[in-house]
Amino acid sequence: MMSILDFLRRKPEATASVAKERLRIIVSQERSTRGAPDYLPMMRNELLEVIKKYVNVDIDAININVERDSGHEVLELSVALPGGNATKTG
Amino acid sequence: MTAETIVVTSGKGGVGKTTTSASLATGLAIAGKKVAVIDFDVGLRNLDLIMGCERRVVYDFVNVVHDEATLKQALIKDKRHDNLYVLAASQTRDKDALTQEGVEKVLDGLSADGFDYIVCDSPAGIEKGAHLAMYFADHAVVVVNPEVSSVRDSDRILGLLASKTRRAERGEGAITQHLLLTRYNPTRVAAGEMLSVGDVEEILGIKVVGVIPESENVLAASNAGIPVILDPNSHAGQAYTDTVARILGEERPLRFVEAPKKGFFQRVFGS
Repeated sequence: MMSILDFLRRKPEATASVAKERLRIIVSQERSTRGAPDYLPMMRNELLEVIKKYVNVDIDAININVERDSGHEVLELSVALPGGNATKTG
Repeated sequence: MTAETIVVTSGKGGVGKTTTSASLATGLAIAGKKVAVIDFDVGLRNLDLIMGCERRVVYDFVNVVHDEATLKQALIKDKRHDNLYVLAASQTRDKDALTQEGVEKVLDGLSADGFDYIVCDSPAGIEKGAHLAMYFADHAVVVVNPEVSSVRDSDRILGLLASKTRRAERGEGAITQHLLLTRYNPTRVAAGEMLSVGDVEEILGIKVVGVIPESENVLAASNAGIPVILDPNSHAGQAYTDTVARILGEERPLRFVEAPKKGFFQRVFGS
């Protein structure tokens, strides 16, 4: 039951879900690049510039992952292409 | 018999590391263990104030590391518990005064003196002092607040604990990681204004070992120099008691995580 005063009082926004979603994304991104070479963010930006010449993608569409297997490292790069015909024509 | 070393750490400052170290050390002492609690925050001594022994500091941790005092001289016996000792941080040296060999010597000395537990109160950040506080740990208590920057920092710390400790380097098995959620306000969680226990557990992929409610008693306890775990009437003190029991292997349900029910008058007239 809502009290009369509750109704009149301005409630702060329910922002916890926003915090959770932001953290979910940044924590998973930081985990995937943890211990990885520090040139990765710059490489990611340069790759974005190259890809943007052909396809209109956002920086968030590029995912870089470094995995360690026994003895060697694998750099995994995935680019989520936008749906539909988003190819730039010049 | 070697002592079990527990680091209390967080990355972010001001989340309750020293409050937790003081209550954890006191709780372990109440459980009958011989405990030393060490302030690793060289340059910014604080644990002595929270433990209420600030006027009895003569020699400190750095003095022992540099052989300017013996462990016996530097350990301050707690006024309330015979089996609890405090090793204060130096106020005059900088963080480079600590070395890995020096810290190892002190921890080995405590082990040889028959201590069961050594609680290492880490400084904030991820630099040398924090690194040394966690390096020799067998267990870690990662203190986190239900707030974005604290959660993100604690994920960094969990990563460091898994890789930058002696146990990890020697392949002796991972150190036990305990997540402790402090400054929790169930009413704000219920209103959707604060991350919930479940949210934090889900983001970090680790269960909490305890939840300490936000409480005015914590400030009162630090004002008085009495670890809040010794305040049996406070929810924060009771939650710390539960947490220590869980760290010692006991199973206890979480308390004080639900918003208090409003009474009739509060429902009618608002809180």
